[in-house]
Amino acid sequence: MAFYVVQFLTGLASAASLFLVASGLSIIFGVTRIVNFAHGAFYMLGAYIAFTLTERLEGALGFWGGIVAAALVVAVVGVLVEMMLLRRIYHSPELFQLLATFGLTLMVQDIVVLIWGPSDLVGRRAPGFKGAVDFFGQNIPSYDLFLIVLGPVVLGILWLLFQRTRWGVLVRAATQDRDMVAALGVNQKWLFTSVFAVGVFLAALGGALQIPRDAVHHAMDLRIIVDVFVVVVIGGLGSITGAFVAAVLVSELNAFGILIFPKISIILVFLVMAVVLIVRPWGLFGKPEAPARRTPGLTVNPWRPWTSNERLAAIAALIVAAALPLFGGNYALTVGSEIAIFVIFAVSLHFLMSVGGLASFGHAAYFGLGAYGVAFLAKLAGLPMIVCLALGPLLGLVGAAVFGFFAVQLSGVYFAMLTLAFAQIVWSIAFQWVAVTGGDNGILGVWPEKWAASPSHFYWLSLGIAALAVLILRIIVFSPFGFALRATRDSPLRSEAVGINGKRIQWTAFVIAGTVAGLAGALFAYLKGSVFPDNMGISLSVDALVMVLLGGVETVSGAVVGAIVYKALNIWLVSQTDWSKLVLGAFIVLIVVAFPKGIVGTLQSILSRRRKSSSSNSSLLTSRIETAE
Amino acid sequence: MRNYLIGAGLAVLVAGMANTAIAQSEIKIGEINSYSLLPAFTEPYRKGWQLAVEEINASGGINGKKLVVISKDDNGKPADAQTAANELVSSENVAMLAGTFLSNIGLAVSDFANQKKVFFLAAEPLTDAITWSKGNRYTFRLRPSNYMQAAMLVEAAAKLPAKRWATIAPNYEYGQSAVAVFKKLMSEKRPDIVWVDEQWPPQGKIDAGPVVQAVAAANPEAILNVTFGADLVKLVREGNTRGLFKDRAVVSFLTGEPEYLDPLKDETPEGWIVTGYPWYDIKTPEHEAFLKAYQAKFKDYPRLGSIVGYQTIKAAAAILTKANSTDPEKLIAATEGLSVPSPFGEITFRKIDHQSTLGAYVGKTALKDGKGVMVESSYKKGSDYLPADAEIEKLRPKD
Amino acid sequence: MSMVPTLLSVEGLTKSYGGVHAVRGVSFELRAGEILALIGPNGAGKSTCFDMLNGQNIPDSGRITILGEDTAGKKPRAIWRLGVGRTFQITATFPTMTVRENVQVALVSHRHQLFNVWSSTPNFAREEAGRLLDLVGMGAYAERPCGELAYGDLKRLELAVALANQPKLLLMDEPTAGMAPRERIELMRLTASIAREQSIGVLFTEHDMDVVFEHADRILVLNRGSLIAEGSPEEVRGNAQVRAIYLGEGLVYDARHRDGAHA
Repeated sequence: MAFYVVQFLTGLASAASLFLVASGLSIIFGVTRIVNFAHGAFYMLGAYIAFTLTERLEGALGFWGGIVAAALVVAVVGVLVEMMLLRRIYHSPELFQLLATFGLTLMVQDIVVLIWGPSDLVGRRAPGFKGAVDFFGQNIPSYDLFLIVLGPVVLGILWLLFQRTRWGVLVRAATQDRDMVAALGVNQKWLFTSVFAVGVFLAALGGALQIPRDAVHHAMDLRIIVDVFVVVVIGGLGSITGAFVAAVLVSELNAFGILIFPKISIILVFLVMAVVLIVRPWGLFGKPEAPARRTPGLTVNPWRPWTSNERLAAIAALIVAAALPLFGGNYALTVGSEIAIFVIFAVSLHFLMSVGGLASFGHAAYFGLGAYGVAFLAKLAGLPMIVCLALGPLLGLVGAAVFGFFAVQLSGVYFAMLTLAFAQIVWSIAFQWVAVTGGDNGILGVWPEKWAASPSHFYWLSLGIAALAVLILRIIVFSPFGFALRATRDSPLRSEAVGINGKRIQWTAFVIAGTVAGLAGALFAYLKGSVFPDNMGISLSVDALVMVLLGGVETVSGAVVGAIVYKALNIWLVSQTDWSKLVLGAFIVLIVVAFPKGIVGTLQSILSRRRKSSSSNSSLLTSRIETAE
Repeated sequence: MRNYLIGAGLAVLVAGMANTAIAQSEIKIGEINSYSLLPAFTEPYRKGWQLAVEEINASGGINGKKLVVISKDDNGKPADAQTAANELVSSENVAMLAGTFLSNIGLAVSDFANQKKVFFLAAEPLTDAITWSKGNRYTFRLRPSNYMQAAMLVEAAAKLPAKRWATIAPNYEYGQSAVAVFKKLMSEKRPDIVWVDEQWPPQGKIDAGPVVQAVAAANPEAILNVTFGADLVKLVREGNTRGLFKDRAVVSFLTGEPEYLDPLKDETPEGWIVTGYPWYDIKTPEHEAFLKAYQAKFKDYPRLGSIVGYQTIKAAAAILTKANSTDPEKLIAATEGLSVPSPFGEITFRKIDHQSTLGAYVGKTALKDGKGVMVESSYKKGSDYLPADAEIEKLRPKD
Repeated sequence: MSMVPTLLSVEGLTKSYGGVHAVRGVSFELRAGEILALIGPNGAGKSTCFDMLNGQNIPDSGRITILGEDTAGKKPRAIWRLGVGRTFQITATFPTMTVRENVQVALVSHRHQLFNVWSSTPNFAREEAGRLLDLVGMGAYAERPCGELAYGDLKRLELAVALANQPKLLLMDEPTAGMAPRERIELMRLTASIAREQSIGVLFTEHDMDVVFEHADRILVLNRGSLIAEGSPEEVRGNAQVRAIYLGEGLVYDARHRDGAHA
């Protein structure tokens, strides 16, 4: 019995650590709607700075002072980030802030290694909490007890802050209705900045408090960020109590789960999230989100098919691309193939995101399923390449059909997180089911047949399929189905009122996107000759998101440019420097500031503005749109 | 760090020039590793191979030609490692590929080497598959494999009186196969052993408290640990506080390597049986020469990665010198059965499975002046811890 | 009158929320070509009623029959397929499409082409979309981005969209809310003329009594969830209970002015 009590308390201590970080994320998201990918980076910075301070400062005061000071320092960093970066992009398309914070995260990962060196750092133990307390023969670390108390205390302080202060009232009002708060004349800028600072402070505090029991290292951020997002979503966005309950739920399920299924940890949080979201689409304590009000003026340029000039330009670009084997070497061709494959992958997500309004955080699942589909067919069934390429993506289709059915019942961030959960579940199957998938070591020897083996042939194959994929998706965008999909995205109310079954339309779109992603994965398997669980991992899903956002989510084919720029730069930087993350991150941040609607999106709006200001009769309109922005 | 950046800049320059002017008078090795993902291990590794390159060129290079190593980061991803391999082979025309740390990346590059018919000397990946179940004629491996390290540990572990064992290992291929081999070999030697618990925390994400509690609840007499890095730190700290390791024997993979042992500082648990690299205790002339040169050049002590980096390039140079050609077939012929000196003594690349006989040190952890060290260590030759040839022939696909 | 078919028949419609009766035993009928107004003070249950007719809300009891079909368990989209057009109090349109495309989407749906992934929508039923836009006086705006329209134009666009499935019945929730007085009259005149021409039955709620009394053939007055009066504008105008409610609400209308307008 004592054991179960202690296991429960241990779970509570884990929950407290998780909650500190999660509460900050929940506050930030609730008010600013920023998917703050950099939250883990702030957590990590908190730990690093706390390490330095607690090593330098003596005694108990030095330790605890160092912890708090570290969190304050990082909060100031957070304020600077908010003021200099995020403020510029609050009016950008949804999720664009994700791109900015993703860039920051990349930078911080390299910066901490530059400053603190590559080795794991082990900080000192907390004065007064070094040992353990005996509980009927079981030891409970006294620091765990400290954390167990700290969790509810922080929850209480936050509660008071939100219930009993004017600031808190405004924050809660903003969580429910941002536009209303703005309309009331509250200085939204500073409200956002202060909220961001509080959220970052909590993240950094959570990181700093880890130093007595963890190692400080440059991958800490990735270790926590996804789990924290999951906790926030399970609890319900913007609900601090929800985050607390979710943290306890997840930690306790893990603490007791491993007694029965020792391998459960790897997937537990995602299983819990999937179940919770299917049963309660807005998390445990969340409320249905009011349909997002579109800022007028942002999306006034309706899409249109290519004009004949644009069509010629596209064909010309394709011809130039197809001429690469004339002057590029084998390496250039292989890189070209890889880029072409990522164009396919990016446009498939772009279709779902920009046409369907469904931002998937787990799109790599279908890419990976396509790759594994090919690997199974080629290695186990020994089918010819062309058959594998045609049938392999069907695994992506099946996966998308199954998971998409559940996912499209949700919307917004909940949709995104459910897709992430499904992707992680698929990933863990590939990772764990060693007998079939080879686990972490993957499936090797999936090389193309002779006709496609030479780099130039494979390049033409990839390029051809990429061009076809872009073309077909464009055709679908402008087909009746594409319009029905956009209609569902624009106004669920109106589309239902003109007889459109939105869920079925979205489901179909999900299946189309998943199949095209599977096609990209199938080609990728042949390009690399092997398949690994990596091919369906979170980082690949994030890559795809970044490509789409970089290109411009409000464009028809911006992802093509996003994929080319991001992938080419990534390959080049990894080849040229070990600090590729720093450079790439900085580049992304710059792009975000320079092209607040994505590369293609911003170019388009510059062009259309120019066009408009030249036609006199709509000048009034333009000025109205600009003020709206 | 700044030095390194300049170095990288120079390397790019050198690489650029190498394509044109000096191409005739130099031999290039393409090197790939997880520099950005795992800097704690790959930084010392890089220093190791840089020292080797310097030494080789100082003593006349490869049959009079200058040795150049072109190094690429793999981002910790198999797919990126293949892109890098492709660049090295297609654009840089390297004579061979070398390096890699993670098992899946080692396998990906090995498969690439097999497909493109390029010689590949895997430096660090531990998976048995790379030389056995997925072995191929183009791939050789330097470091003692999972199996070999398990066999070394089993030798010591079997002498323990403990009968009730629990295991803690990261939940991926490396952890799984380490536990599987250890269990198999251990049960062969000690049929009386029972396995009372196993914990599989996700790699890099251990929730150490509950894991330690769960293991303690099974009340084992001995524990096998396979976690490393930050997970190990967390496990050790929780285990120390909760008294998990008190009066229990612990056998642990790799923990004696400075990369993993040093961060533990004054929390280093005492008396664990570990594989590792006690650089302070190795008094052989080969090692002392290496140590002296390394410390003189870098003002730092070597880690195991330094040995692996150093020996990888030393071995590669020996192979290239002996083959006196860059033809992969000739390189393979030269490598099979080749014996080369190393800081750990002479090693041989076996013909049968392309595994080198580089060994490892087995000893016990101890706390000395607030730092973790390995004591009572002894070198275990790799050749003594490999299965019989007949068994290997069953494991390895025919070329 | 008996020759004119019943489009909509509502019997004993009831809905309550946590013990509060939002709608209580409401029954009425609507015939083809008839324009029926549903009025009542705020909170009288108009919107709840409307949402139930439309399938967005499920009644506790009662029966709704549209064109001879019981709508129980039918989603809004299924009710639309029976031949019901609908406009909203706050316009619901597709802001990222052009005006014409807004109508085309409805036409695509009406012709069961929603899962057609191959044809080009910009060329889909172009002329018919144009005709519908002309009908509501929006022809000149066909290529304009919908997001740029003034509110009154959006209301007219919604009417065009609502007419795309050649409805027999139009449900219009406060069709003139948020419009300038002159626009209101225009829009309702337009609606009435289309309805009479095509023999469409119209049910609308409205706050503006000028609009109601000018255009409605018949008026239903709802108060606290129950129908308290029903009849021609004259009958309702003379109803003491209605007067009391509206006077109590502070909403008075100028009867003389109305009379003048009729003359």
